[in-house]
Amino acid sequence: MTMIFGVALPALLGQLLLGLINGSFYAMLSLGLAVIFGLLRVINFAHGAQYMLGAFAAFLLLERTGIGYWAALLVAPLIVGVVAVVIERTMLRRLYGLDPLYGLLLTFGIALVLEGLFREWYGTSGKPYAAPPELVGATNLGFMVLPIYRGWVVAASLVVCIATWLLIEKTRLGTYLRAATENAALVESFGVNVPMLLTLTYGLGAALAALAGVLAAPIQQVSPLMGSNLIIVVFAVVVVGGMGSIMGAIVTGYTLGIFEGLTKVFYPEASNIVIFVIMALVLLVRPAGLFGRGA
Amino acid sequence: MPEAPALLTVRGLHGWYGESHVLHGVDLDVREGETVTLLGRNGAGKTSTLRAIMGLMRRRQGEIRLRGEDLTAMPLYKTARAGLGYVPEERGIFASLTVAENLTLPPKVAEGGMSLDEIYALFPNIYERRTSQGTKLSGGEQQMLAIARVLRTGARILLLDEPTEGLAPVIVQRIGEVLRTLKARGLTILLVEQNFRFARTVADRFYVMEHGRMIDGFGVAELDGRMAMLHEALGV
Repeated sequence: MTMIFGVALPALLGQLLLGLINGSFYAMLSLGLAVIFGLLRVINFAHGAQYMLGAFAAFLLLERTGIGYWAALLVAPLIVGVVAVVIERTMLRRLYGLDPLYGLLLTFGIALVLEGLFREWYGTSGKPYAAPPELVGATNLGFMVLPIYRGWVVAASLVVCIATWLLIEKTRLGTYLRAATENAALVESFGVNVPMLLTLTYGLGAALAALAGVLAAPIQQVSPLMGSNLIIVVFAVVVVGGMGSIMGAIVTGYTLGIFEGLTKVFYPEASNIVIFVIMALVLLVRPAGLFGRGA
Repeated sequence: MPEAPALLTVRGLHGWYGESHVLHGVDLDVREGETVTLLGRNGAGKTSTLRAIMGLMRRRQGEIRLRGEDLTAMPLYKTARAGLGYVPEERGIFASLTVAENLTLPPKVAEGGMSLDEIYALFPNIYERRTSQGTKLSGGEQQMLAIARVLRTGARILLLDEPTEGLAPVIVQRIGEVLRTLKARGLTILLVEQNFRFARTVADRFYVMEHGRMIDGFGVAELDGRMAMLHEALGV
């Protein structure tokens, strides 16, 4: 059997794939957080809850209405996006211009309320959600066996990240978003409806989290706490990448996922903390993050 | 010559930054096609007047009318759509946008703006550097870009805040030429300027501000007769 640094190749590739899958979720979630923070200056602690809502929306769509996985990929983010738009319009909006702590506290409170409600309704044990029949099974790549659904998650997250990046870098809306991230008042004084842009951005960020939640549903159990378990790591990813940096969020998300996977192979004891150690080191050397512009 | 009706009318304008009351009843008129300059020392309220008209200073009272339409109740993003184009003192060029993206950022608010070709013909430097990052331009080029940016939109009144500040004499001259070109195209300009030697080459009328209100207003022909007062008021 081929060995690399004393580790069997299939084991190494297996952990690498697992790392890549985790990285896919880190990237999608930190991307939404970064877009929201960049424009709204809100540290969206509800992001994990919105991810959980996405998974629950998919679960409930199937359970109550028979709407399956493929449609849920569209409908669940839409539902969560609309919920987020309502939150932005009725609550978050009142906190712009105040200390960012207020936005953090509000979204943290929203996360606790949402998680509490779902825990009350569905318990903490988690609900199973089956992958669609098209994506069940595994394919032998010769050097390793790839579960099809996991390969799909990596591919789908790459498409989502690239599409979001293109939206921000190559479209008119993205130009407004980038400019407003620098100086929202000036962009608004040119006649751009910035309040609407803020609402859309929060809705889009939440919809991205929900999409990640739908993708995660067949891998994990659908559980009220699935978001809060993940979100702390995702915050570390955003800090490493640089708050507000889109490319930083994507690249750091995948890279740290892979780092974490490799740590599981070579020094499993450290795999739960490796991302936080990297965060601490990055903060010491580059406080604005690897891709951040500096404060 | 019969006077054109006022395009922009400001009456009894008060404005605040937080608790600090900085405008104390500003009155001014800008007529169609005119170039009007606000003179005054640092802190007299010139920039605040522009920001209050534009709506960037949100706490304001009094009357601001554009073609009779009241601007004070409008959300910020609608002010530009009423036909105002703002060039801020700090220029406001966006670092995350290229020169071309900066130039085309403001949406069109009316017909009759300059085409990109016309703008590039007026500012050849900007054309040459259109793919550079906006903030990589020199100070003079950034100023030109900030002006060029509002010419595309069809805005009929330009609010220019100290366009010559900190620039070399040859660039100041170039900006003067640009302003005269815009004037010849019939644009109306409200200019804030400390440098009245520059302002006299473009302005039709002047207002002098002190402590957040107007203390004098006169036409360019009367400028020479007021030199002593201006030296006193502006401390130059």
